[in-house]
Amino acid sequence: MQSGSGLGVRADANIETSCTLGVLMASFDEVRQAAAGIRRRVLEQTIRANGGYLSQACSSAELLAMLYTHYMRLGPSLGAPIPPPFQGAPSARNPHHVNGGVYNGAQAPDLDRFILSPTHYAMALYAALIEAGRMSPEALAMFNADGSSVEMIGGEHSPGLEVTGGSFGQAISQAAGVALARKLRGDTGRVWVFMSDGEFQEGQVWEAVTVMAHHQIDNLRVVVDVNNQQVDGRMDQVMNIGSLRAKLEAFGASAVEVDGHDLEALAEAGETPHIGRPLFILGRTIPYRGIDLLHERYPHLHYIRFKSDAERERYQEQLRVMRDE
Amino acid sequence: MRTSFGLLFRTTHYALRTTHHLITHHYTQHNAAYRDTMLEMLTRVHARNLVEFARTRPEVVVLSGDLTSSCEVDTFRDTYPERFFSMGLTEQNMMSFAGGMAREGYTPYVHTFAVFMYRRALDQIEMSIAYPNLRVRMVGFLPGVTTPGGATHQAIDDLGVLRALPNLTILETGDATDVESVLGVAQAVEGPVYIRLIRGEIPRLFAAHEPMQLGRARVLSRGTDIALLSTGICTEEAMRATHVLRERGVSLTHLHVTTLKPFADPAVIEAAANARYGVITMENHTIMGGLGTAVAELMAEHGVGVKLHRIGIPDTYIHGASRQYLMREYGLDALALVRRVEAVIGQTLDIDEDDLAAVRLNTFASDQQQEAL
Ligand SMILES: Cc1ncc(C[n+]2csc(CCOP(=O)(O)OP(=O)(O)O)c2C)c(N)n1
Repeated sequence: MQSGSGLGVRADANIETSCTLGVLMASFDEVRQAAAGIRRRVLEQTIRANGGYLSQACSSAELLAMLYTHYMRLGPSLGAPIPPPFQGAPSARNPHHVNGGVYNGAQAPDLDRFILSPTHYAMALYAALIEAGRMSPEALAMFNADGSSVEMIGGEHSPGLEVTGGSFGQAISQAAGVALARKLRGDTGRVWVFMSDGEFQEGQVWEAVTVMAHHQIDNLRVVVDVNNQQVDGRMDQVMNIGSLRAKLEAFGASAVEVDGHDLEALAEAGETPHIGRPLFILGRTIPYRGIDLLHERYPHLHYIRFKSDAERERYQEQLRVMRDE
Repeated sequence: MRTSFGLLFRTTHYALRTTHHLITHHYTQHNAAYRDTMLEMLTRVHARNLVEFARTRPEVVVLSGDLTSSCEVDTFRDTYPERFFSMGLTEQNMMSFAGGMAREGYTPYVHTFAVFMYRRALDQIEMSIAYPNLRVRMVGFLPGVTTPGGATHQAIDDLGVLRALPNLTILETGDATDVESVLGVAQAVEGPVYIRLIRGEIPRLFAAHEPMQLGRARVLSRGTDIALLSTGICTEEAMRATHVLRERGVSLTHLHVTTLKPFADPAVIEAAANARYGVITMENHTIMGGLGTAVAELMAEHGVGVKLHRIGIPDTYIHGASRQYLMREYGLDALALVRRVEAVIGQTLDIDEDDLAAVRLNTFASDQQQEAL
């Protein structure tokens, strides 16, 4: 395989699959570019639709970029570059349903799987798929359009989504089930889950961690966007959960906490040994990272809708700057 | 994000239409007295109403599941901060917690999206609230197709699930007047109440001085061809269709149902019994377990032997899109009702989308004298 420019090359990454950036592991410059692209594309779409989950892209851009260009071993996308319209919910009577996981490549014993839990991050994920060459940039124009599968809050027919997350705390349990099944089958590929920090208020998440520790499910890794935000504002003011790392460790998981915008730190975190336990990579992030304008709205960042044409124009200006960079 | 097409009236077609009395011998004058005003649209009705309602009722507390503005309880939080409790994303805990407060004499008004109550925390609702018959008000937002949030956010089977719970009273709102009066209606109930609430910009379909009544449907018209029962946001669609249907000579009894449980309104039985061609139900819910099922049970129990036609989401999960799109896709809109009526009476009425879009809905005030059944 090819590796990127030196940093963060994984010792065990000796398989032949190539990710769509052309290399299995991108250089940090490329990861950085992908992260910038995620922010830019989500900003573009937010301006176009006069609304969007923009802050989530700001906080998670490096995490998603790392997943798609560094952490995960995925085969090439099997999804249509321009996603087909919604084909109906899964059902024995519906042969047309296509699972969004196809954008993460084939399911093979040695390949990883990706599961998005907070599905309002779909916009950021779609942008990541585009940056990773797994979906056409034009697909974003179909975002939240009637009849489109590129939904605002993604379903498991939406590009990149394999399970129905979105009702918080359920994806990690589903992923744990997938991971145990893969262990039983002898697969070497891992299961990666992306979560938001608000989800850790849900009891089910802690049930999942308990069960994973008990059954020594160690082929699962969770990347968490620790942005200290939820709908009502700052998590520590809405419902404080204290130290996520300490709690996870107390529940029998491995957890490592790093600056979620620091690629090298994230790469190193991915090397943390976690035999017999799941690994949680906690990326501490800033919910307006890369788009300082958003700070004016802090801590009310959940869904950005411009209040005036003047405000929108300022974001348009920000977009021009980002395009030039 | 997307506005209802309630305001997008086109009046031209309406004026040009002539009335076809296709089945005139069944046509009876409907009792509606339509006011000569445009349909009034209101925003954040619940936000204001709850604050007003709680002013003289110190036992009212609000529990909120991190969707405070989305559920219009931000005004309450700012007005009565000492009676507002942020529960974060702990819905199962929140329901049981509400039960605990209710045991101590408070009346918790739990606010989150409906799915995160009845689906996420059903056992908690049953064992911590319904079984002990506690005064908890579950204010459930985003019924059915009113959210583009996809399957995770769409409460399409809440009535089917919750109607099966002993002790529970279930109310549904379809306009601003319903929303303004629903808390008062619930107040009289000595036990838990689940409310399907609509939010944001909503129409006033019913006169403000005619509040919702427990266990009694609103009579919107009287007729003998078809008994039409609608709930929630489907009533606005139904009114759009019935307007044109009446012009074409279809005689309908139209009831707007707001109490889904208990369900024993004599007006419903009477309407069904007098419907020559049959009964149509129309709801923003799957056809399993909601209004259609409740009506079927009542008709069967009373031996009403006419056909029942259920308009609602077919037996499937749905996806995220605009409300208008979903109503069209799953056949919940005015046009779907027209087509169903045509099928039921076996006649084509030559009504198209333009005819329906042209309908000017006005705030409905019932004719009180004639209404006394
Ligand atoms: C069980 C459940 N309850 C409520 C919601 C509604 N909801 C969507 S996003 C969100 C909170 C967002 O907080 P977080 O998950 O930390 O994401 P971020 O702040 O980064 O957007 C809520 C309450 C949900 N999706 N699932």
